[in-house]
Amino acid sequence: MELVVFVFAAAMILVGGLGVVLRSHPVHAALSLILTLFGVAVIFVSQEAHFLAAVQVIVYAGAIVVLFLFVIMLLGVDRTEDIKTEPFKIQRPLAVIVGLGVIGLVTAAVITSRDVVATRGAGIAEPAMTDPDSNIRQLSRSVFGDYVVAFEVTSVLLVVAVVGTVLLTRKVKPTSKESQ
Amino acid sequence: MSALIAAATPTTTWYMVLAAVLFGIGTVGVLVRRNPLVMFMCIELMLNAVNLSFVALAKRLGDIGGQTTVFFVMVVAAAEVVVGLGIIVSIMRKRPGANVDDISALKG
Repeated sequence: MELVVFVFAAAMILVGGLGVVLRSHPVHAALSLILTLFGVAVIFVSQEAHFLAAVQVIVYAGAIVVLFLFVIMLLGVDRTEDIKTEPFKIQRPLAVIVGLGVIGLVTAAVITSRDVVATRGAGIAEPAMTDPDSNIRQLSRSVFGDYVVAFEVTSVLLVVAVVGTVLLTRKVKPTSKESQ
Repeated sequence: MSALIAAATPTTTWYMVLAAVLFGIGTVGVLVRRNPLVMFMCIELMLNAVNLSFVALAKRLGDIGGQTTVFFVMVVAAAEVVVGLGIIVSIMRKRPGANVDDISALKG
């Protein structure tokens, strides 16, 4: 059963990922990104990360992709762009080589370290995530207990991001002091 | 056939390899595409690949810390998208239809 879920979710993820890279229309790329994000959410559920799956759908697919689509429409770049022409002839073959190299190296590292993961997993005594409700409870204990300082710093980060974005995108009035 | 399907349960390695492939796709996208918005989407792909491996390892190792890390990665990704799209909007206002080659000189 887990195999079926994995195969379908992996197909969603890979088709969506290839769609983001290969579709020449930015809106199509954003919709492919939604497909990938939903596939990742499905795998989160199958890996017992229920809260993160909900956050994935709400924040990523709900907010971030909508923000992308909003900016695409706002800027008026929602038309098919020409991705056939390439100013640097060597760049695409090099990029594909780099991508395949990354995939090959990480895969090799994962496969050679398979036994290490297995032994370390056996070494942890407490079996986590057995009770269906325990995921969100454990996650909240971790976030608001062990990592509460990082959580507070996160709020600072969000405030900085909001203020910075407002400063970046507002139009400077010509009657301000700076322009005189 | 059904016995074969029952026998082949996905292990953590499968999830890690899937994450590696997704990361590679994102890398190629950042290197190949010229539209800054699409490059941003490819960065999101790479972030999701990393989240995928974190969650798979959290399950495998029985440690909730991996999921906590994914939570923080999501928050930082949201902030990054907001700032990045703000920069793109302010650039595109001055030069409509710019791609990343047009703005490589950082001269406003």
